[in-house]
Amino acid sequence: MTSIFTSGRRQSWRRIFDRIMKVLILLSVVIAIIPLFFVVADVVVQGLPAISLAFFTKNPPSPLAGYGGILNGIEGSLLMVGMGTLIAVPLGVGAGIYFSEWPESRLSFLSSFTNDVLAEFPTIVVGLFVYSLVVAPTRTFSAVAGAVALAIIMLPIIARTTEESLKIVPVTLREASMALGVPRWKTIFRVVISTGKSGLATGILLGIARATGETAPLVVTAGYLNFPPTGLFQQTASVPYIIYNFGTAGYPNWTTVAWGAALVLVAFMLILNLSVKFFIGRRSTGVRAEI
Amino acid sequence: METQEDLEAGREVAEASLPTSLRGVQPKFETKGLKAGFGTNWVLKGIDLKIPPNRVTAVMGPSGCGKTTFVRCLNRLHELTPGATVEGEALLDGEDIYDRNADPVAVRRRIGMVFQKPNPFPTMSIYHNVVAGLTLNGERNKKKLDHAVEHSLRGAYLWDEVKDKLSNSGASLSGGQQQRLCIARALAVEPEVLLMDEPCSALDPTATAKIEELITQLKRDYTIIIVTHNLQQASRVSDYTAFFYLGKLIEFDETATLFENPKEELTERYITGKFG
Amino acid sequence: MTSSSKGNRRSGSKGDLVLKTSVGAAAVGIVALLIGLGVELTSGSWLSIKTFGLQFITGSTWNSVVDTYNVFPALLGTLTASAIALLLGVPIGLGVAIFLSERARGIRAGATALGSLVELLAAVPSVIYGLWGLIVLAPFMRDYIEPTLKSVLGIPGLFSGTPIGTDLFTGGVILAIMIIPTISAVSRDILNAVPNSQREAMYSLGATDWEVVRKAVLPYARSGIFGATILGLGRAVGETMAVTFVIGNNINLPKSLLSPGATLTTLIVNQFGNTFDPLSEAALVEVGLVLFVLALVINILARLLVWRMTKSTRFRV
Repeated sequence: MTSIFTSGRRQSWRRIFDRIMKVLILLSVVIAIIPLFFVVADVVVQGLPAISLAFFTKNPPSPLAGYGGILNGIEGSLLMVGMGTLIAVPLGVGAGIYFSEWPESRLSFLSSFTNDVLAEFPTIVVGLFVYSLVVAPTRTFSAVAGAVALAIIMLPIIARTTEESLKIVPVTLREASMALGVPRWKTIFRVVISTGKSGLATGILLGIARATGETAPLVVTAGYLNFPPTGLFQQTASVPYIIYNFGTAGYPNWTTVAWGAALVLVAFMLILNLSVKFFIGRRSTGVRAEI
Repeated sequence: METQEDLEAGREVAEASLPTSLRGVQPKFETKGLKAGFGTNWVLKGIDLKIPPNRVTAVMGPSGCGKTTFVRCLNRLHELTPGATVEGEALLDGEDIYDRNADPVAVRRRIGMVFQKPNPFPTMSIYHNVVAGLTLNGERNKKKLDHAVEHSLRGAYLWDEVKDKLSNSGASLSGGQQQRLCIARALAVEPEVLLMDEPCSALDPTATAKIEELITQLKRDYTIIIVTHNLQQASRVSDYTAFFYLGKLIEFDETATLFENPKEELTERYITGKFG
Repeated sequence: MTSSSKGNRRSGSKGDLVLKTSVGAAAVGIVALLIGLGVELTSGSWLSIKTFGLQFITGSTWNSVVDTYNVFPALLGTLTASAIALLLGVPIGLGVAIFLSERARGIRAGATALGSLVELLAAVPSVIYGLWGLIVLAPFMRDYIEPTLKSVLGIPGLFSGTPIGTDLFTGGVILAIMIIPTISAVSRDILNAVPNSQREAMYSLGATDWEVVRKAVLPYARSGIFGATILGLGRAVGETMAVTFVIGNNINLPKSLLSPGATLTTLIVNQFGNTFDPLSEAALVEVGLVLFVLALVINILARLLVWRMTKSTRFRV
């Protein structure tokens, strides 16, 4: 008959081993979070010197000549992300409505699955696709090409979040509307979309967040320009590209410009994420981007 | 607040109210003022119960009466739920399993549990399911393990049906067989007490009958506590029955007596089907 | 579901049809997009496929002077960096997942906060990880970690050569950092999907917390966790910017983990300025095609594995 108190070497060893594993697991959590702290800390510390009002109104400096600004990148990013959103939202919301309202169809399953796959796709491949499709024929890097690439990247997120937030709307709501004689399509638009509105907004914001941070596709579609956008079919700068370009060059002031741009980008992401949380908190849709 | 004297007086009353056959018998499990719940939301509101050794004790009552919680306190499973709270004492052979120095792992080793829905480990073979508890303790001797497998499966009336397919997955058996496998798994670590939480409620009548027969055999070597909502099953299988209602122990007596001649009105109403 | 009012029926069903067709078209568009991706990449790289054939992935020369564009070193780089990423990232990601799903007893609030923090890791754009990697991590690797590794495991081919910080190994490390949130988020959902009855059965046999995890939870979650790993692999293979800052960008065959190297993705961004003729352009597109195939296979495999466990091809990130 064994005791209810730990006894014997074997039992004590099991207890010790259990403790060790728990420490290791805690350690892994710590290790996982450390880079986040360091990255954010470095971005703030190294980027702050570059930040001033001028940083948002001037263009980048020459090597070794001060910090200048990232106006070209800000305007370029706004332009391309904006255009990308205009392209991605109708398609994404549309697809999301289809997934949610006609889930039994084979098209729904196939497209939904494809959507999931696209969401995780290497963005450089998306960029190459747009390169082959738009840049090669037009023989120029362009804001349009960049926007198209970003749209493709945003699309899956918007479609998924739309689907999720519409699915949450209770069946009873739809049935009540239809029982009143409102045709299905009107039901969908009025009742379903307005109730799931904050979910849709969340999806769009998340898509914008993703698109704003993307660099690789823009390298092969939009290129770079030291000035604010000059035309839709011209090379266009973006904030992430500035980070890439100026961060790898090696000139100390350029490196600081890159950190400053990173700080601006992180701040923007923070605002976006807080807005998303605000929307989620507002209604109880509790939607998260599912991939 | 109860004083020590009140508690003593209460216990004398409890002792006097024990069924005659149990007066003076050292209980296998004894709870004193056992309370359990979530935060201050008590499901069990102070249970004083003496479980006799080598007998089958049924724990009965309508849903929500705390019978499952009670049993899960006996092997310290209740506390695994986040927010769970336990107060009072539960003495296994006189030692409080909730003592500050008691090791829940050692406690659970001495108490086996069979659950409502059979839960064999699907990634393990039948063989490994049975010895799962033994290998925890580092037992590696193949002969010993083989012997334990056969012994436990025989004890669970399952040996003949599976002896040729011990390497099949534990989940490949029928419901009744899976439950007997779980019983064998529990028996393999040679516990002293076997807790069964409505072990037959997910099974068909044939499987149920087999397990009930098994239970009456097992009590020779184990102390069995079975939660059941099936009155007929309790009367078939158990020697003693404890009737719970809304977290309190209403009556505890020999099964025959409790069923034919309940002392409490609540018990009588339950037995005659007026609620629950 | 049918509309019950006759008056509205005609406009209703026409409206319904319009809606269904237009959103259905969007859905079709997504499938067409993926197919179009494959088609366009193939056609864009046709010249290169014709010219190099299989040697594209087996040859090691990338040189415009001799008009030869083969990617084996980059392919090797992708596989190596991803392997390092998995070796480091899976245990940590799994550890975080176990912490969040199993140990959350009693520290619920803390666990949710920690969970959000790990997810925040995923929200940082990879270019910023790259910048940090180049300026902060690479020197750290060069001055502290790599010399240590070299003295402990300095076998030629493994950790040999002068530590410079911007090399394959650091590339792998930064990839590990990037895939940890993926692995931990997916694994956490997988672990939460393990029925509690399995844990209780193991506990009731007298097992410690860790033994319950190791013997009951993890085996049950096996295929799902494998799926999470494959998904992490997919992320590592497709990652570009974070890696390109720190991997050294050398298109020759690397001699050891401490050599500068390249991956398929970094090859593309780096060589993009140097495409002057149709052949090199086609070669770069072909690299994209290789990545396309890799990503597709990995992704579908991952979903199949997760589906087996959770009966859904969906997972949260």
